[in-house]
Amino acid sequence: MNITEYLQNNLVYLDGGMGTLLQEQGLMPGELPERWNLSHPDVITKIHRDYYDAGSNVVSTNTFGANLLKFSHEELKNIIKAAVENARRAAEESAGTQKKWVALDIGPSGRMLAPYGDFDFEDAVSLFAETVKLGVLCGVDLILIETMNDSYETKAALLAAKENSNLPVFVSNAYGSDGKLMTGASPAAMVSLLEGMGADAIGVNCSLGPKALSPIVEEYLKYSSLPVLVKPNAGLPKAVDGKTIYDVSAEEFTDEVCDMIKAGVRICGGCCGTTPDYIASLCRLSGGIMPRPILEKELTMVSSYTHAVVFHQTPVLIGERINPTGKKRFKEALKKNEIDYILKEGIAQQEKGVDILDVNVGLPEIDEVFMLKTAVCQLQAVVDLPLQIDTADPVAMEAALRRYNGKAMINSVNGKKESMDAVFPLVKKYGGLVVALTLDENGIPDTANERVMIAERILAEAAKYGISKKNLIFDPLALTISADDKSGRETLKAVRMIKTLLECHTSLGVSNVSFGLPRRDIINSTFFALALQNGLSAAIMNPYSDDMLKSYYAFLALSGQDKNCSRFIEFAETLPQPESVAVQKTKKTEAEYASELQKNIIKGLKDASGALTKVLLKSENPLDIIQNEIIPALDIVGKGYEEKKVYLPQLLMSAEAAKAAFEVIKESMPESTDANKCTFVLATVQGDIHDIGKNIVKLLLENYGFAVIDLGRDVPPEVIVSEVEKQHAPIAGLSALMTTTVPAMEETIKHLRNKTPWCKIIVGGAVLNPEYAQAIGADFYAKDGMEAVRIADNIYQELN
Amino acid sequence: MNTVFLKSFAPPPVDRLEVLRYAGVKEPSPETEALLDDSLQEAEGVFSYAVCYREFPVSFCDGVCDLSFAKTESKDLFKNLSGSTSVVLFAATVGITLDRLVSRYSKISPARALMLNAIGAERIESLCNAFNQEITKEKKALGLFTTPRFSPGYGDLPLALQKDIFAVLDCPRKIGLTLNESLIMSPTKSVTALIGVTPCDRKNTKDRPCSGCSKADCAFRRTI
Repeated sequence: MNITEYLQNNLVYLDGGMGTLLQEQGLMPGELPERWNLSHPDVITKIHRDYYDAGSNVVSTNTFGANLLKFSHEELKNIIKAAVENARRAAEESAGTQKKWVALDIGPSGRMLAPYGDFDFEDAVSLFAETVKLGVLCGVDLILIETMNDSYETKAALLAAKENSNLPVFVSNAYGSDGKLMTGASPAAMVSLLEGMGADAIGVNCSLGPKALSPIVEEYLKYSSLPVLVKPNAGLPKAVDGKTIYDVSAEEFTDEVCDMIKAGVRICGGCCGTTPDYIASLCRLSGGIMPRPILEKELTMVSSYTHAVVFHQTPVLIGERINPTGKKRFKEALKKNEIDYILKEGIAQQEKGVDILDVNVGLPEIDEVFMLKTAVCQLQAVVDLPLQIDTADPVAMEAALRRYNGKAMINSVNGKKESMDAVFPLVKKYGGLVVALTLDENGIPDTANERVMIAERILAEAAKYGISKKNLIFDPLALTISADDKSGRETLKAVRMIKTLLECHTSLGVSNVSFGLPRRDIINSTFFALALQNGLSAAIMNPYSDDMLKSYYAFLALSGQDKNCSRFIEFAETLPQPESVAVQKTKKTEAEYASELQKNIIKGLKDASGALTKVLLKSENPLDIIQNEIIPALDIVGKGYEEKKVYLPQLLMSAEAAKAAFEVIKESMPESTDANKCTFVLATVQGDIHDIGKNIVKLLLENYGFAVIDLGRDVPPEVIVSEVEKQHAPIAGLSALMTTTVPAMEETIKHLRNKTPWCKIIVGGAVLNPEYAQAIGADFYAKDGMEAVRIADNIYQELN
Repeated sequence: MNTVFLKSFAPPPVDRLEVLRYAGVKEPSPETEALLDDSLQEAEGVFSYAVCYREFPVSFCDGVCDLSFAKTESKDLFKNLSGSTSVVLFAATVGITLDRLVSRYSKISPARALMLNAIGAERIESLCNAFNQEITKEKKALGLFTTPRFSPGYGDLPLALQKDIFAVLDCPRKIGLTLNESLIMSPTKSVTALIGVTPCDRKNTKDRPCSGCSKADCAFRRTI
């Protein structure tokens, strides 16, 4: 009998600690326990056998760290083969009569995935894939991915397991005392991610004792439609009289775990500090407990690497601004590969209170696959909201879904066969909540009834792939009422019917409804309120529109979803007070604004500097404002910094204020104007993930008129060289903070000298000094950002 | 001495002057003070303070320092540990959330990113101080003394020692701390260090924090 079948009606017992027992047997500090499969097979087999004798159904092979980072391929093969043999032998030798299985144990790699570490996601997938393949070859019965404390790495391991085996996969994460993974994911976020990807059982192990784990287990039981597993530690290790003991006894451990079984846990065992005695006690005392049935929770969820968004009663806001359609500046940013522009749009929408960000970077003239993948990876480094992957290209969709750290929303599928054939396999493989548009080969039907019929067909087709209706959200399509005055009514009716007849969630791109009409905000916000009243679950909307937010918060307050109206009150306080602005405007003359702008930049007041620049632009030439106001202010602060009268944070605040002023001016200038001095390619070298210093240099250079191309951190030499080559950039700036990454800097300089001899190279960073910079072949050393500006200015002067 | 122990800490109080020192500020302007206040408020609840540690016997022979888990010829460490019979090896981190916050502000406000980074530097140092004090107290109760903590990268102690340290402390599993190929730790606000345990008080060494370091031009060097 397969373990997943057995699980339907039975509790499954796992084994307990391995590492702690090996230490007692003489495993030395730093020695790799996996080697003991070969050197001490009898010791390993005996531990496994003791667990089977104690009543374990599943014993995990001694392969926690068995991967190619630690062993050669040859040794890894031998280790896994021996590990599986040891477990099999134990199962045969054990007198226990229970069902017995062998699980391939997979622990974390020990490396942090990019962007916060240097381990690439695909490299992690390949690493786990190799272990999985060897385990499958040796005939294990299931795979246990355990003690994972990072959601992204967990995804990599599960993906590797699914892509390289048909075995059941159990996935267990290690939580901290704050109830989150080390990298921030909540239990609900992990449930959402792992269930979406098709794990067979999920749960928690290690790090804490059973008592401390129980609130986390409760969360799992609340959200999971899969069997939940737990493998707690025997508490924490303590030194008593020179001996190490764990502070939770077998009795206490058993009591706590039995309570979890009563609450619904179906698979249990122990982790660090637990022994066969703990498992024996657990099996003995929990045997009489009736396993609770595993229920489908019907919860529609998406997640980021920190939290899940559950589609309950409160409608979900999806920010629509990361989308080039009809946005000149956004298109330009995409063409110029200005990822930062996209990131700022993401951050700004989050500050406006959206729950999810739609990400659409499709433009005919760019490589959408690359751009969508990059945008998703970079967004998830700075914004912790779940993302909605929005593309018509299935290849781009897969690239983005694969790299997405969580369970994404997917925009979209529709009733056309071609669309469902392309999208549903991706939803099945990577998980996701997919937006289904109610249109098909015949287009968008006029009536609500016909749209609901398409929705039913989509549901049926999804079911063939094993995609349940909780993972579909229908968009019955808002069409412009200026073309057909019945269309608003029909869309609202379809929302209501899908909600009540199909019991499914709905989403709308609200703003299409007003196309072709004046004052679209009025129509949009009212339509939004009506749709909410008809049961709309989510809206793709513009969070910068106060009118839309007014409708939203008023609806929550009026429909009894805002206790004490507190969200509405909070929102109302953020709205501008028109009168006071008007008063201010009449008070001052333009000349006063001029000196005022300088003052504000020097003080570093961002918002005020932007606002003042707007006023000044009414009467002055943009270039005059730059020459007479912004640059003198920057020079005053810069000089103060060099004389050590102004300190770095103040310098940066002024620089940010100046940048805010520049942004306002930029918007007012015709597109063709290029006020920049020259291109400056900037990067933190390969292997180094520090970029605060580099970002400071970037900000200052931009303010002084350089077109900075920021390649980010941990950048390989060939990427830097190819960018300098492509741009024919006269200057490149390289940063390194650690002695260990200076060789990468030297390497980069060598390549630049070879391929781009025209380029002047400025280096900086904590470990460098003028002599060192010269030794590795740089042209200049800059001790700080201001010096980098001076050097770049000199290079520019010489060129012209 | 075969077990890695764990400690988690309540946050030690923030030392504003230290934060400002890490941010490169001697006399803060009112705007800088305001930035610091805002940043401190934002950073509240962001940190998780965790330490794992393990004690090893240490011995010295022909200029080689045998730490049981690794041997090193570092003269500076030799000097630092002289007279010690064992070392407490520890790894400490304040978690990855700050790295995320700094990344986010790098895109929208480098000034705030700088200030948050300085707060992180102050936090991890405070955590190390808190842990160090506890170890010193524990040892004192046994009639023993401790030496000032010493980290890979200080003086001539090679960063490569990090690999050995990570192997014996099981840092990824215990406290979520990882090492990359360039020997940089992630989360970035993390420290690994050695504290020597000696039977006699070495009154002759002034325990000035920067006295053991040869980087005389360091912007952060303490002169008192």
